[in-house]
Amino acid sequence: MPLIKDGKLADDPWQVADDGTAAPLIVSLEAWQANEGGIRQRNTPIGIRLASDQSPALIAEDIERFEVIALEFPKFNDGRAYSYARLLRERHGYKGELRAVGNVLRDQFLFMHRCGFDAFEVADTGAAAVWEEALREISVWYQPTADRRKPATTLRRKPHPRRPAAGTSSGPGDPPSVACAGHWAY
Amino acid sequence: MYRYDEFDHGFVRQRVAQFRGQVARRLDGALTEDEFKPLRLMNGLYLQLHAYMLRVAIPYGTLSARQMRRLADIARRYDKGFGHFTTRQNIQYNWIRLEDAPDILADLADVEMHAIQTSGNCIRNVTADQFAGVAADEIEDPRVYAEIIRQWSTLHPEFSFLPRKFKIAITGAPRDRAAVRAHDIGLRMHWNADGEAGFEIMVGGGLGRTPVIGKTIRAFLPKQDLLSYLEAILRVYNQLGRRDNIHKARIKILVNQVGAETFADMVEAEWREIRGGALDLPADEIARIESYFAPPDYERLDAASPAFEAQRRSDPAFAQWVRSNVVAHKRPGYAIANISLKPAGGVPGDASAEQMEVVADLAERYGFGEIRVAHEQNLVLPDVRLSDLHALWQELRTAGLATANIGLLTDIIACPGLDYCNLANARSIPIAQRIGQRFDDLARLHDIGRLTLNISGCINACAHHHVGNIGILGVNKKGVEYYQVTLGGNADENAALGDLVGPAFSGEEIADAVETIVDTYLEQRDRGEQFLDTYRRVGLQPFKEKLYAAH
Ligand code: SF4
Repeated sequence: MPLIKDGKLADDPWQVADDGTAAPLIVSLEAWQANEGGIRQRNTPIGIRLASDQSPALIAEDIERFEVIALEFPKFNDGRAYSYARLLRERHGYKGELRAVGNVLRDQFLFMHRCGFDAFEVADTGAAAVWEEALREISVWYQPTADRRKPATTLRRKPHPRRPAAGTSSGPGDPPSVACAGHWAY
Repeated sequence: MYRYDEFDHGFVRQRVAQFRGQVARRLDGALTEDEFKPLRLMNGLYLQLHAYMLRVAIPYGTLSARQMRRLADIARRYDKGFGHFTTRQNIQYNWIRLEDAPDILADLADVEMHAIQTSGNCIRNVTADQFAGVAADEIEDPRVYAEIIRQWSTLHPEFSFLPRKFKIAITGAPRDRAAVRAHDIGLRMHWNADGEAGFEIMVGGGLGRTPVIGKTIRAFLPKQDLLSYLEAILRVYNQLGRRDNIHKARIKILVNQVGAETFADMVEAEWREIRGGALDLPADEIARIESYFAPPDYERLDAASPAFEAQRRSDPAFAQWVRSNVVAHKRPGYAIANISLKPAGGVPGDASAEQMEVVADLAERYGFGEIRVAHEQNLVLPDVRLSDLHALWQELRTAGLATANIGLLTDIIACPGLDYCNLANARSIPIAQRIGQRFDDLARLHDIGRLTLNISGCINACAHHHVGNIGILGVNKKGVEYYQVTLGGNADENAALGDLVGPAFSGEEIADAVETIVDTYLEQRDRGEQFLDTYRRVGLQPFKEKLYAAH
């Protein structure tokens, strides 16, 4: 599956099946919990994939171990992973790659990006072509989340000069950051 | 009232452009109907039996005269000259072409309106007491908080794909005119022991096929914590609400399943993690929004108006209208005037473009240009001088808008039913019309007194039939429309679900059945009782006996 990372098509070095090599490997929660093939002892890069009914609270102790956490969207309208993503970024302080997998559609990129996803497995490369456009469609937001976009409620309180709405957010390609949610006023 | 600033304007314009692009992708075939459906629903566009229906949000039921004129204009240009006001303080247009939808949204954006989140599994248009800001019994104007919630919930990145739709209602008064216990979250203002105003938080109310009265999970929440607490509730629900069965996906099912206490514990635990953080509402932000809702320039008037008293004595029809349609205002010399959209034999909640324009003019001439939409599908002029009421009433009469039946039997709440809705089992509108014609005698209606009657065309209960004093539900028996009747429901601060009387009635029998219920009540009632008092005293039995005596 094509992968969009930091706004561009990217190579995906991650494997999902253990072929015995030292390649970076994404495992399921079940495999991780059962320590299948001694994966917990491996010192090659490890990622984990969580189904939409698997809360990241289940891996809270091990978060430091993962370089990728992939959250599944089994259907476009199963929105649990939006909460999981914010919890991972804002509560658990996860700084690695947060990957959206499954039914990942163009019209959801913005929501996902705002919740802290920075990598997206998409059905075809066409999605990468419209990425920039999809993220530019809306630039005014009313909620503080763990990305760098400042909500209207914060921008309104800024001293002059007020900038027009279209240019108010930070650029759409900015990577999510985990540090700034705390000091945003409402 | 609230005015958009540059951010809000920028936002709705971007949203229109985005939807224009999506419609274009649909029309040129790049999007299938399946792919397009969730996108159009996020902009209030439904595909109904005969055409697209557009549902436009009227946040907390407040409209300016200018906005009302624009709604009239849209009715005329893009619909068949009508709009339909709904039980959630929205307006629906039933005859919309897909190609026109982006232009309509652009027309709405010009007057600071939109159709965002009027459908879909997201936080819907926040509703409030239609007398907010002018009610004599109010603690604070709930629209301030409704607007704060509107902004916070708009395109919320985390909560736009919830298990199911999510409705929030808010009242600032002890008398609940917003049916807050019939919502996923109900908010009601209270004073605490220190004299500070805050919110009682109710969750898990809702009607539909599993009607539940909302339960209080927190008796008092300080105002500054409102958004963090709401976010905590939504976050718990978004993770744990059922997604495997559409009929079990509302928050009420989750609350019932884990129990209200456990649910409250989960919310409090989440809230402890986020309170005092980025969602904290500072006093100056509340004050900023409050300033938009500052009272208009009221004149200093005497509490009584001799001219008004004289008109009331000399003109019985006017007196009757005042009795049912006029409500006390918090300022001396002013009154709240309700405009009934329920003429005898009419379609409940429908208004023609001309009527909308008349109401807009009257709001400017007899008020401060503000109009309210009530969840009972009526309109309200909130600031009328007592001395102007008679002149206002005469003008309303000319426009066919002076029906003196607010709160009375023919002030029927009805959903669109089988005439428009593709989920319906039975028609609602013709039943409402039939009952309206049967009771087309104002003296009799006023004698019957306060009585709410709600008609839903299917179990989805859009007309809230469970909480009508008389509730009528359309069912389908072997392809024939039948109507189940419940009695004793109530939507106010003493919310209760009605009791089923027995086997359903056919469309031909239903008006007779309502008449039998009313006659039984009149026989049984004691001095000073309203329908609900009598019903609570005598119970279902006498009604049952009369209704099924012939069978
Ligand atoms: S109650 Fe049923 S018939 Fe009536 S509008 Fe709702 S879904 Fe349609």
